[in-house]
Amino acid sequence: MKDLKSQASRSTTPGKGGLTPEIQSRIGHQLRAMYDDVVRQGVPDRFAELIKKLDAPGATPHVGHEGGSNDNNGRD
Amino acid sequence: MPLTDSLRNDILAAVPSLRAFAISLSGNADRADDLVQETLLRALANIDSFQPGSNLPAWLFTILRNLFRSDYRKRRREVEDAEGNYAKTLKTQPSQNAHLEFEEFRTALDKLPQDQREALILVGASGFSYEDAASICGCAVGTIKSRVNRARSKLAALLYVDGAEDFGPDETVRAVIGGSGG
Repeated sequence: MKDLKSQASRSTTPGKGGLTPEIQSRIGHQLRAMYDDVVRQGVPDRFAELIKKLDAPGATPHVGHEGGSNDNNGRD
Repeated sequence: MPLTDSLRNDILAAVPSLRAFAISLSGNADRADDLVQETLLRALANIDSFQPGSNLPAWLFTILRNLFRSDYRKRRREVEDAEGNYAKTLKTQPSQNAHLEFEEFRTALDKLPQDQREALILVGASGFSYEDAASICGCAVGTIKSRVNRARSKLAALLYVDGAEDFGPDETVRAVIGGSGG
């Protein structure tokens, strides 16, 4: 049993409300233009800073544990 | 999943489209940024529940969409302030004609029922698949498809009906040209 009818009945029917393919693409175009205008503004500083700040939790366990003689990870 | 550097970068990379989604939904730039901020805080607070390898943008959009929904009920009235405010967010000021067309589109979009508007934006602008949009909205794929179709038909009816006033602002232009002395 194939479910072809849902695919077949779309796109070919200009349908109610005068939704021709041309109008449909015009709507799509305007929608993306509106959206992309904002996307192009990038990341406002406020959010970049927010994420940076939260990344550094108040008490980082940054104890002086350096100088381990064993873990030479192939640096050098 | 802990907040690794790469995850943090991925979240940052999603911010521009989160803002676009928030502005498209709310029509209000200030409120949109508040929504994005709250989304980020919530996402970072719940980062452990994010499944590595799953769709991060979809996860973030889901949070934002749910926040907007609960928020929307509270302050419905402010939305009416939308149109003028939105224009302020544009960096590149469109030409006058394009601007009018844009305002019309924005106004028509605001007239859609919220279900239809969010479905159309997710699929038509954010570029999510029907499946992702369905999971973001917590409904069936078929429901998303029909919402998108209804949204398009309605926009078409609002914007491009036969005989609609599709004329340019001739009088305005003439007034500007004629009235520039002095």
